[in-house]
Amino acid sequence: MSSSEALTSQGYIQHHLTNLTLGVHPEHGFGFAHSSAEAAEMGFWAINIDTMFFSILLGALFIWFFRGVAERITAGVPGTAQNFVEWIVDFVEENVRGSFSARNPMVAPLALTIFAWVFMMNLMDLLPVDLLPYLFGQFMAVFGADPHHVFLRVVPTTDPNATFGMALMVFFLVLYYSVKMKGVGGFLGELTLQPFGKWGMPANLLLEGISLLSKPLSLALRLFGNMYAGEMIFILIALLYGGGVVLNMTGGLLQFVWAVFHILIITLQAFIFMVLTIVYLDMAHQEHH
Amino acid sequence: MNINLTLFAQMIAFAVFVGFCMKYVWPPIVNALAERKTKIAEGLAAAERGHQEKALGEQRALELMKDAKAAAAEIVGQAQKRATEIVEEAKGDARAEGGRLVASAQAEIDRETNRAREELRERVASLAVAAAEKILQKEIDVAAHRSLVDSFAKQL
Repeated sequence: MSSSEALTSQGYIQHHLTNLTLGVHPEHGFGFAHSSAEAAEMGFWAINIDTMFFSILLGALFIWFFRGVAERITAGVPGTAQNFVEWIVDFVEENVRGSFSARNPMVAPLALTIFAWVFMMNLMDLLPVDLLPYLFGQFMAVFGADPHHVFLRVVPTTDPNATFGMALMVFFLVLYYSVKMKGVGGFLGELTLQPFGKWGMPANLLLEGISLLSKPLSLALRLFGNMYAGEMIFILIALLYGGGVVLNMTGGLLQFVWAVFHILIITLQAFIFMVLTIVYLDMAHQEHH
Repeated sequence: MNINLTLFAQMIAFAVFVGFCMKYVWPPIVNALAERKTKIAEGLAAAERGHQEKALGEQRALELMKDAKAAAAEIVGQAQKRATEIVEEAKGDARAEGGRLVASAQAEIDRETNRAREELRERVASLAVAAAEKILQKEIDVAAHRSLVDSFAKQL
């Protein structure tokens, strides 16, 4: 493989891993980043338009569809859409009932939103990796942009912003309900007085603090890592295309196999995120002994 | 792949979606499911009640049928008794009527017989007188032989 080819491969991968970032660049001023380096230089006060667009689009789609069914819902014979919605709601409710022992009317809708939203965001991974980015590049080229510097990542859950955003909200809810259920003293006591009693306070705080902080981290990183790796493999498979008949066919086969496997992964990740959220909130509602 | 403002925007979006789901999506669906659950439970209970009522009704119908059969048998028995009574009465009436008819016919016959006998006697008497007139070929005194002729007619 020649160095130029290696560069294009690298460039291809890099291109696919860069968000469409809008922000203020220290040198070029306000606008879209033209490279991943520029996006990084924009610092915190920039926003990933593609992540926002697709996540909100999919979330709105979820809300629209479910709200549409909920408005016309009947306790009589359900239609097709209602059947589908009821199936999901039943599934979520069953999980909440199985894992969450306290009473909180927020947990089940939260779990449903997480499951549906994460699943739909993950589902974007099954679109061919180049389809939407290519179309978007061509579309922007109409307005005079260079398609090579127009970025688009269609899977919001491969952006740590999205996964950490959800995980942090869950974390805040865990903190809120911990304090609400046990009081500030109870929550601090839980952090400092076990497992070694009051004389092992620093060790307790270290252990409990880690276990507390690991909740949002593990939530966010598990989803992000799985989806990022899955997307990366799609990208690597896509690199096979354009390398002759044998490589094309191999690539096609691999992509199909990986996509089929990925159906399992995206569902599983959405399910895990939902179940862990329920379990964490359940722990926040429970008194430790 | 940098952590930036998107994080907060995503948190807000997430919170909004959860809030919306909690307020407008979840309650109606769960309520409908619960309502259907009670409906089905009621339906099953009603079916159960219906079964019981059916069993009761069947039992009751059987009892009624038994009563009706008994009543019918009684009525038929009475009717038969009455019928035999009527037949017996009719037989008695018929027998009496027959007897009466026979008696009146007998009386009529007796009367007719007597009348015929009287007439015959008259005829025989006059015939005997005529015959005696012819035999004797002579004038006889009717008055003188009256007693003789009458005794002769009485022997007939």
